[in-house]
Amino acid sequence: MTSEVTPELFASVPDQDGRFGRFGGKFVAETLMSALADLEQLYAGLKDDEVFQREFDEDLAHYVGRPSPLYEASRLSDAIGGARILLKREDLNHTGAHKVNNTIGQALLAKYMGKKRVIAETGAGQHGVASATVAARLGLECHVFMGEEDILRQALNVYRMKLLGARVVSVTSGSRTLKDAMNEAMRDWVTNVDDTFYIIGTVAGPHPYPMLVRDFQSVIGREARAQSLTQCGKLPDALVACVGGGSNAIGLFHPFLQDEGVAMYGVEAGGKGLETGEHAAPLSVGSPGVLHGNRTYLMQDDDGQILETHSVSAGLDYPGVGPEHAWLKDIGRVQYVAANDDEALAAFHRLTRVEGIIPALETAHAMAHAEKLAASMSPEQHIVVNLSGRGDKDILTVAALDGIEV
Amino acid sequence: MSRLSQVFVDLQSGKRKALIPYVVAGDPSPEGTVSLLHSLVDAGADILELGVPFSDPMSEGAVIQKGHERALANGMSLQRVLGMVAEFRKDNDRTPVVMMGYANPIERFGYETFASASADAGVDGLITVDLPPEEVDGVDGALKAVGLDNIFLISPTTPEPRVQKIVERARGFIYYVAVKGVTGSGQLDTDEVARSVSLIREKTTLPIAVGFGIKDAASASAVAASADAVVVGSALIAEMEQKAHSAEGLEEIQIHGAAVQLLQSIRAGVDSSPS
Ligand SMILES: Cc1ncc(COP(=O)(O)O)c(C=O)c1O
Repeated sequence: MTSEVTPELFASVPDQDGRFGRFGGKFVAETLMSALADLEQLYAGLKDDEVFQREFDEDLAHYVGRPSPLYEASRLSDAIGGARILLKREDLNHTGAHKVNNTIGQALLAKYMGKKRVIAETGAGQHGVASATVAARLGLECHVFMGEEDILRQALNVYRMKLLGARVVSVTSGSRTLKDAMNEAMRDWVTNVDDTFYIIGTVAGPHPYPMLVRDFQSVIGREARAQSLTQCGKLPDALVACVGGGSNAIGLFHPFLQDEGVAMYGVEAGGKGLETGEHAAPLSVGSPGVLHGNRTYLMQDDDGQILETHSVSAGLDYPGVGPEHAWLKDIGRVQYVAANDDEALAAFHRLTRVEGIIPALETAHAMAHAEKLAASMSPEQHIVVNLSGRGDKDILTVAALDGIEV
Repeated sequence: MSRLSQVFVDLQSGKRKALIPYVVAGDPSPEGTVSLLHSLVDAGADILELGVPFSDPMSEGAVIQKGHERALANGMSLQRVLGMVAEFRKDNDRTPVVMMGYANPIERFGYETFASASADAGVDGLITVDLPPEEVDGVDGALKAVGLDNIFLISPTTPEPRVQKIVERARGFIYYVAVKGVTGSGQLDTDEVARSVSLIREKTTLPIAVGFGIKDAASASAVAASADAVVVGSALIAEMEQKAHSAEGLEEIQIHGAAVQLLQSIRAGVDSSPS
C-alpha cells in the first residue's frame, strides 16, 4: 500500500463517512446518530470560521499558555549519544498535559450548541481534570467517568476533579479501567443526549470525534514544525510520541505527515512484555475490529471479545486506538513500537534526574523509545518527542513501585 | 414465508399482539438456555430474542450487562450461541429466533460465514446495536443472501427523513426503542410511543415491535395498544437474578420459573390491551 501514499492522501481523510481507509466510521446505537450528525454539521461550519478559530487560539494562548516550548534536552542527549533530543513541552500547559488543547476546543463546541452538561471518560485523570477545568471556567455541569482501578492509582487527579466541581463516577464494570469508563460515558450520553455534550478525550470514538480531536491537537505539531525550523534550521528527522488512544501522537504527527523525510514512531504500552499478553499494544499485536464507535486495531480474542489490558500507566491502558493510527500503520507512514513498564520507569527516572523534568508515566514510554532511537542516529540529526504531560499525578505509583511510602 | 412473517400473519388473523422476551444466551447457565427458551415459548412468547454476550455491551443497563458478564464467565461465544439455536430448533421449528448483539463478534466471525452459520442453525433475524444503517451494508447483504432479516432500530431521536430511509431497507419487523437510554432504564412515555409508532406506520406496512422500558403487565398492555409486538428483557433477567439470590442451592429450573411467571403475567397484560 505504501506506493499509493501521496501528500494529498493525508488531507483526504476522514472521508464524509468518517473513514480513514477501512477504519473509523460511526458504529453507535441509533439514538446517538442524530447527535453525531448535529455535531458534524456544527463543526463543518466552525472549522474554518474565523471567529471560532480566534476564540480557540486566544484561549490556547492566554488560558493554556501556548505556544509550549520546544526544549533541547542536551544533557540527556549527551548521556545517550547520537541524535539531539528536543522535547515538545505539553507538560507546561495549564493542567499539565496536552489533553487541555482538546477540551478547550470541545467546550467551545458545547457552548455553541448551548449544552449545559458535559461528560467525559478518563484513564489517567488528565482528560478528566482538563474537562473539569473547562467546565468550571464555563459554568457547565461536569460528570467524569473513571474506572474503579484508575480511581485508586490516580487519586490526586480524582481530588483535583472534585475540587474543580466535577462529579467523579466510579465505574465498576468489566476491567474497571479506561475502556469501561468509555462504555459508561456512552451509556450516559445515550440517556441524556438532549442536554449533554460528550467530551471524548482522545482520537477515538465515532466520527466526527477522531477528526475534531485531531484538529484541536494539531496545534502541537504546527508549533513544533515552526520551532524546529527556527531552532534547528530544519525539520526533525524523527518524531516520537506515546499512543494510548493516540491524541498527543496525532497532534504532533499530523502537520508533518506530508514531510517525507520525517520518520514517525508511535509508542504503545508494552506492559510486562508483548510476549506475555499483559500489555496495551493493539497496533503492535492486535487485529482489526469494532469498539467504541469505530473500526480500528483492537486487543481481542478469537470470539471478538475485547481483552483486558495492562500498563503501569493508566492513560495507555486501553485495548483500542484511534482509527487514523490504524490507517497510518496500514499505509506504512508511521511505525508503531512498544515500550515495557520497566523501560518506561527507567526513562521516567532518567529524565527526572538528568533534565529536572518529571514526565507522566504515559510520556515516559515515548522517552524510552526516543532514547533507543537517538542512540541509533547521528549528532547532525534531531528528534522531537512529545512530552505529553507532567508526572506529578504518578509519583505515588512510582513510589509504591520503588517500595517507598510517601 | 419466513417464520417471522408467518408469526405476524397468524397473530393478525387472531387479533393478537406478539410478545418477545429477551434473555442472554448462557445466562444463568449455558446448559439451561435451550430449556429456558422452550419455557418462554410455553409461557406465551411468540418470538425469542437471544442476546449474544459481548465484553462491552454499550447499550445495556446494569441488569443486562451483568447477564453478559455471567455468560462470558460461563465460556459463551457466538459459535456456542448458534449451537444453542440449532439445539432449540430440534424441538421447535415454528418460533422465530432473533439474535441481538454487537458488531465485533460478527466482524471477527466474518459476515458471510456468520450469515450462513446462522441460517444453518435456524436463526431468523439479527439486531446489531452498533450497526446503524450507515455501517450495516456488509452484514445486511450477507444476511439477505441467505434469507435472514436484519432488524433495524428506530429511536425517539431518529428524525423523520431518516425513519423513511430506514423503513425502506427494513425486513422482518421494525424495532422501536421506546426510551432514550440503555436497556432497563428510563420512564416509559406511552403517549410518545403511540405517536411515534403511528408515524412509523404511515411509512411502512412492516410490523412494529417496541422495546426498552417495558417491565410488567401494565406497561406491556399500554404499549401493545399501539405496537404489534412488545419486547421485555431487563425485567425478566432481574427476576431471575433475584430468585437466584433468594436461596441457596436452587435448581436452575426454579430460577427460570421466576422469568416464566413474569412473562405469563405480561402475556395476560398484552392480551388484555385495549387496542
Ligand atoms: C500525559 C498523557 N499522555 C498521553 C496520554 C495518552 O492519551 P493519548 O494517546 O490520547 O495522547 C494520556 C492519557 O491519559 C496522558 O495523560
